[in-house]
Amino acid sequence: MTLTDLANPTRFLALTTRILPWLAGATAILLAIGLYQSVMAPDDYQQGATVKIMFIHVPNAWLSMFVWGVMSIAALGTLVWRHPLADVAAKSAAPIGAAFTFLALVTGSLWGRPMWGTYWEWDARLTSVLILFLMYLGLMALWRAVEDPSRAARAAAVLTLVGAINIPIIKFSVDWWNTLHQPASVFRAGGPTLDKAFLWPLLVMAIAFSLLFITLHLAAMRNEILRRRVRSLQMMQASSSRTFSAEAGSASCEGNGSKEIGIA
Amino acid sequence: MSALAALIRRDIRIALRVGGGALIGVLFFLTVTVLMPFAVGPDLALLSRLGPAILWLGALLASLLTLDRLFTADHEDGSLDLIVMSRTPLELACAAKALAHWLAAGLPLIVATPVLGLLLNLDGTATLAVALTLLAGTPALTFTGMIGAALAVTLHRGGLLLAVLVLPLSIPVLIFGVAASQAAISGPMSFGTPFSILCALSLFSLVIGPFAAAASLRHGLD
Amino acid sequence: MRLSGRNLTCVRGGRQVFSGLDVSAAAGEALAITGPNGAGKTSLLRVIAGLLVPAEGSVALEGGDNELSLPEQAHYLGHRDALKPALSVRENLSFWRDFLGGDTQDTQQCLAAVALDHAAHLPAAYLSAGQRRRLSIARLLSVRRPVWLLDEPTSALDAAGQALFVGLMRDHLAGGGIVIAATHLPLGLDARELRMGGTG
Repeated sequence: MTLTDLANPTRFLALTTRILPWLAGATAILLAIGLYQSVMAPDDYQQGATVKIMFIHVPNAWLSMFVWGVMSIAALGTLVWRHPLADVAAKSAAPIGAAFTFLALVTGSLWGRPMWGTYWEWDARLTSVLILFLMYLGLMALWRAVEDPSRAARAAAVLTLVGAINIPIIKFSVDWWNTLHQPASVFRAGGPTLDKAFLWPLLVMAIAFSLLFITLHLAAMRNEILRRRVRSLQMMQASSSRTFSAEAGSASCEGNGSKEIGIA
Repeated sequence: MSALAALIRRDIRIALRVGGGALIGVLFFLTVTVLMPFAVGPDLALLSRLGPAILWLGALLASLLTLDRLFTADHEDGSLDLIVMSRTPLELACAAKALAHWLAAGLPLIVATPVLGLLLNLDGTATLAVALTLLAGTPALTFTGMIGAALAVTLHRGGLLLAVLVLPLSIPVLIFGVAASQAAISGPMSFGTPFSILCALSLFSLVIGPFAAAASLRHGLD
Repeated sequence: MRLSGRNLTCVRGGRQVFSGLDVSAAAGEALAITGPNGAGKTSLLRVIAGLLVPAEGSVALEGGDNELSLPEQAHYLGHRDALKPALSVRENLSFWRDFLGGDTQDTQQCLAAVALDHAAHLPAAYLSAGQRRRLSIARLLSVRRPVWLLDEPTSALDAAGQALFVGLMRDHLAGGGIVIAATHLPLGLDARELRMGGTG
């Protein structure tokens, strides 16, 4: 790793050390307000108390797509500007996005249970989220499959962008597939007809979850930067062994020249 | 015995580390299963009827595709030479490798089955039946697939050829696995009969697989 | 103890690599197999290691452990390292120690002998080619076996590494071991030379 590569991440680390506590605090306060408002919100005349799952489900579903957007921008950063922070941002966003998508799926199927009588219905909206979840998992598998992060970054960036183009197509085809087989789904929450009593808590929760994502993402990026530093330090340690071996193994004076390079 | 334990430990470790293929098999299983409803339609009644068959096909393909590297990875880095030379009989070493593979790649498939059963609208008993038959049947898939994996070393080719070689061999397992699950769900047959045959198939392949794989490896090295 | 092979003939892919070859090495003796590329040096080593079946002739170790075959009493150090990049240096070595079994040595000491002890916890993926080679040499030390079959053992090693390895081979020979090495570089120790034919 060269010095210029480290320069930006170093500033990034210093910056995040200062703002992370504030972000975490703001997230906690907003989440508390949002949850309180959600509990206080009136029951729906049709769905009863189950409607409150919406306050968790909708922000998660929104973030599941938003995170892919963030990763797509990062992927552009990787491919066009080759910015080292872009790799880190893309890599650390994937598991968080997968987690939000997973929560959207779980809350969606819990919400669906009283409506459909089963935990899972091949409802167009939920099915699209499931496919998005699979794409997140595939992306994570790709990151894991290649040991060298900078090589994995390119492949992952291409896959992310292809995914970003494909997601609307997938969404459209799933909608079409679904209406082909059955009349429009019973499951119809959200939309502009929402009552004000629901709108406010939902808005607060959406902001709180977005803040939660930003906080988690910054923290994960920090971890990833530190992990990469550990990795490059370990590689330095491994290559410096040649020096030590020359001293320890036999009395060769060849080692002294390269020792300084190893440490620097 | 400690030699075999060391081999199993090593293979599981490699499968779980970065670059290992253990969890990709589960992901493949998940994807194939999710793909099915797009082909047959989102009719829940139909899906729950097809459910066991879909899960079995998915598990079959997933366990075969991950077998591809069972011996070729060791062949490429020279480990296989040392394994052949060692004091451990090659048959036992092959069995240990297959067991490690089943633990790292086969067991996760069975753990994932209940989640996929939910997607296919299987009820509790049906999911349990499928999971149980997979538990009894996937060792047979791994141990017969191992023969193909050993042949892949000999032929310097893996991937699709392996699938073509091994898929016909796994037909009996598929027949009795799906039959046992269907029997548990709807009858009219009793669950016990096909399930016992399935277990017998697994035990049989446990014996045949390592011998065939070892024989193929011995002749395939050069 | 004496390793001897008589009238060895090796055929690979329909081509006769060598024929009527006699090999022998006594305890404490090093045998250097030399010759141009394609002369069959590697094939001969693999025949001795039991990895290739000779078309004619046989190899045996007289005066060794009667319970064990020659390959079971031999170490084979081939072109390929038999290392897994995902495992750490120590994990790689202790796997081979446990798997090969028999008269085993402490892993940490073996790593120290090849000057890799400080890197024991690092993944093998981080090692350079020379370090990987030294790690495979540590395998020879971790389990005591009388016969060492070495295929171009010094090719990836730097001067210091070669000196270190020559010292280890000397120790092995002094302990009554046998070294058979296919090489095109001088081994750096007293060795009988078996020159294999140019065209063979």
